[in-house]
Amino acid sequence: MATAEVSNTKTLKVQRFKPADNPTNTYLTDEKGVWAWMTTVDHKKIGIMYLVAVAIFFAVGGALALLLRTELMTPAKTFIEADTYNQLFTLHGAIMVFFVLVPSIPAALGNFIMPMQLGAKDVAFPKLNLASFYIYVAGAIFTFIALAQHGLDTGWTFYTPYSTESSSSVIWVTMGVFILGFSSILTGTNFITTIHKMRAPGITWGKLPLNVWALYATSIIQVLATPVLAITVLLLTMERWLGFGIFDPALGGDPVLFQHFFWFYSHPAVYIMIVPGFGIISEVISTFSKKTVFGYWAIALSSLAIAFIGFLVWGHHMFTSGQSAVATTVFSFLTFLVGIPTGIKIFNWIATLYKGSIKMDTPMIYVFIFLFLFSIGGFTGIMLGALSVDIHLHDTYYVVAHFHYVMMGGTLIALLAGLHFWWPKMTGKLYNEKLAKIASVFIFVGFNVTFLPQFVMGAQGMPRRYYNYVDQFTAFHQTSTIGSYLLGVGFLIILYYLMHSLFKGAKSPANPWGSRGLEWQATSPPDFHNFDHTPVVIHGPYDYHQPMEEFQLGLAVDTNGHDSETAKEVVDKEREQWKNYSLG
Amino acid sequence: MSNHSQAHPAHLQHHFVDSDQQFDAAKMGMWVFIVNEILFFGGLFCAYIVFRAWYPDLFTQAATELNTVWGAVNTLVLIGSSLTVAMAIRSAQKNQIKGLQINLLITIALACVFLLIKYFEYSHKLHIGIWPGAELYTYEGIDHPLAHVFFSIYYVMTGIHAIHIIVGIGLMIWIYIRAKKNEFGSEYYTPVEMVGLYWHLVDVIWIFLFPLLYLIE
Repeated sequence: MATAEVSNTKTLKVQRFKPADNPTNTYLTDEKGVWAWMTTVDHKKIGIMYLVAVAIFFAVGGALALLLRTELMTPAKTFIEADTYNQLFTLHGAIMVFFVLVPSIPAALGNFIMPMQLGAKDVAFPKLNLASFYIYVAGAIFTFIALAQHGLDTGWTFYTPYSTESSSSVIWVTMGVFILGFSSILTGTNFITTIHKMRAPGITWGKLPLNVWALYATSIIQVLATPVLAITVLLLTMERWLGFGIFDPALGGDPVLFQHFFWFYSHPAVYIMIVPGFGIISEVISTFSKKTVFGYWAIALSSLAIAFIGFLVWGHHMFTSGQSAVATTVFSFLTFLVGIPTGIKIFNWIATLYKGSIKMDTPMIYVFIFLFLFSIGGFTGIMLGALSVDIHLHDTYYVVAHFHYVMMGGTLIALLAGLHFWWPKMTGKLYNEKLAKIASVFIFVGFNVTFLPQFVMGAQGMPRRYYNYVDQFTAFHQTSTIGSYLLGVGFLIILYYLMHSLFKGAKSPANPWGSRGLEWQATSPPDFHNFDHTPVVIHGPYDYHQPMEEFQLGLAVDTNGHDSETAKEVVDKEREQWKNYSLG
Repeated sequence: MSNHSQAHPAHLQHHFVDSDQQFDAAKMGMWVFIVNEILFFGGLFCAYIVFRAWYPDLFTQAATELNTVWGAVNTLVLIGSSLTVAMAIRSAQKNQIKGLQINLLITIALACVFLLIKYFEYSHKLHIGIWPGAELYTYEGIDHPLAHVFFSIYYVMTGIHAIHIIVGIGLMIWIYIRAKKNEFGSEYYTPVEMVGLYWHLVDVIWIFLFPLLYLIE
């Protein structure tokens, strides 16, 4: 019985709190003004600030990508110098990885949504949360100082010995990444603690939304992997500054040791980027199929499995770096293992769709785009994990296409799904659905036109990071460039209608999608304290067979001396009303 | 909870339901942070292991330059400070504010002694030309081409540890000031316990550093 789960130690008195469709007090009306925003410890405002920062960095990184693609229109020089080209692709990679993908979903959307999904007022350490945002900004400032000085041309991987010899501003960027790491660590620490300690009454581990499970797995990776990156870039800084002799072969160091250190973080970091995306997909797919997620535990635990196996596969970046044959074989095998939990997720999502009432709103369109693109990205990853194939494909455009299919086709598309899904919750406004669908077509077509040709030319031998290329690849490069322009147009349309909705959009009801998620049982936009009551949860987050009323329970406030009802009474009463309503 | 009618203690932050939840959250967050720290130092220990496996001679030769006696003294100093910080937590739990303050002061003093000894060790090495990094290293007393690598590892490990000691001193001064203002007692001693946990971590890392760097032969 539902009440038994809530009240195994004490009886909670609950009542129903229906979220108002036209809230007068929201987190946006509380604490107004620039200073209030900058000093806020509210997780929602911090999430929005992260979202804006990530969007700005995405615009910069995206503009760099368009410049790169434009340069590659012709086999020789098109309009920029080779050295500039090296700097542009390095910055594109570094910005997109460290400043966009890593913080995008956890720190922006996760910050906003996760405490609401737990029915908490805030994360466990709100001040640390704000600090982590400013640490992120400080890391960004260091990177911009590097830009203003000599730029960076090492590739985002900072491989030694080139990174100790390059005349560009390596130290500024490595220190920027070092600082940025703390932001990531603090967010991870905060989230783990929040998920363990801040859940509302009734939210057991088995009733945790899958988005929260995904963020939990992500936070574990962040906490375990990021410190290793911190020490790696610190040692690299020392190597360059003082000549430590740990990574630089000229001084007795070992460049392969650097690669081990670097990928021990940077491979798990790939999962820091993609696993939160999985969480969003689970939420959206269930909401727009109006159906319980198929295989709740399989999806929840596969996130943890990915986090675990993700730590054991870093060597697959180094098949051609002179690792021992034994290590290479083991890493190759372990790499294949990652495919299992990922496949489990895909199949469970597909099974969720089966016989659901599927509604093709924009977030759901992005989910289908995700399933398509991410599966291609995943399968090509398995191929790259195969030893003999990798020797041929290593450092070609095939690799570039693979990780763009995973990172952009996976993470970024999931981010778009989440952004469109939670936009009404975050802003209280609806966006133009028609324009959103048009933009999603641009994104899907543009993405494939950009990156499918890269698989082909990579397999034919086009190396990555090259400024010039032989004539036979011209058609592929030009197609790819045209695709990137389509992508650019798609993102501009998104920017336009989201800004339009912000200022002139129609008001959103509290729960425009009819989701059972706890975050949707608050007003849109939410109250400063998320809920004006303490939510009590008696059903799983995807129990679409239960009436909406039973997801809107909260601890009863004793007023006028009347005793409040127990959860059972409220549920029974709501059931009765629901029955009448359905019959009527 | 919107119901703010019940009086709640001054230390309770608004987003927690009660003091227990706040204490549990703080403790859990601290342990997660400690895991962070261990992985941070773990990278350094990994570099140490790799280079020691490659050049065992280098490590045994170069380690003779380190002063075992002062290293041992410093180990005792840190272990002692761990005891006093534990006593400080105990005092806070038992509402003995005077004891809390005294124990914190002793801990701060011991931490300063550690840094002082470290300072003399460093300055002696720098004086004879043992600098971190190949460019500055001029000492010729060790007959090994990679002697600078050992001392790079030595300086970065002990240096980062020393930074942790300095941070710890800062934290304990902050706790001491708050204790003076009578903010802690048996009802609320979370920050004292968290700083104590941190200090034990710093101590434990030194207990690994000391034998790995000073005691190898």
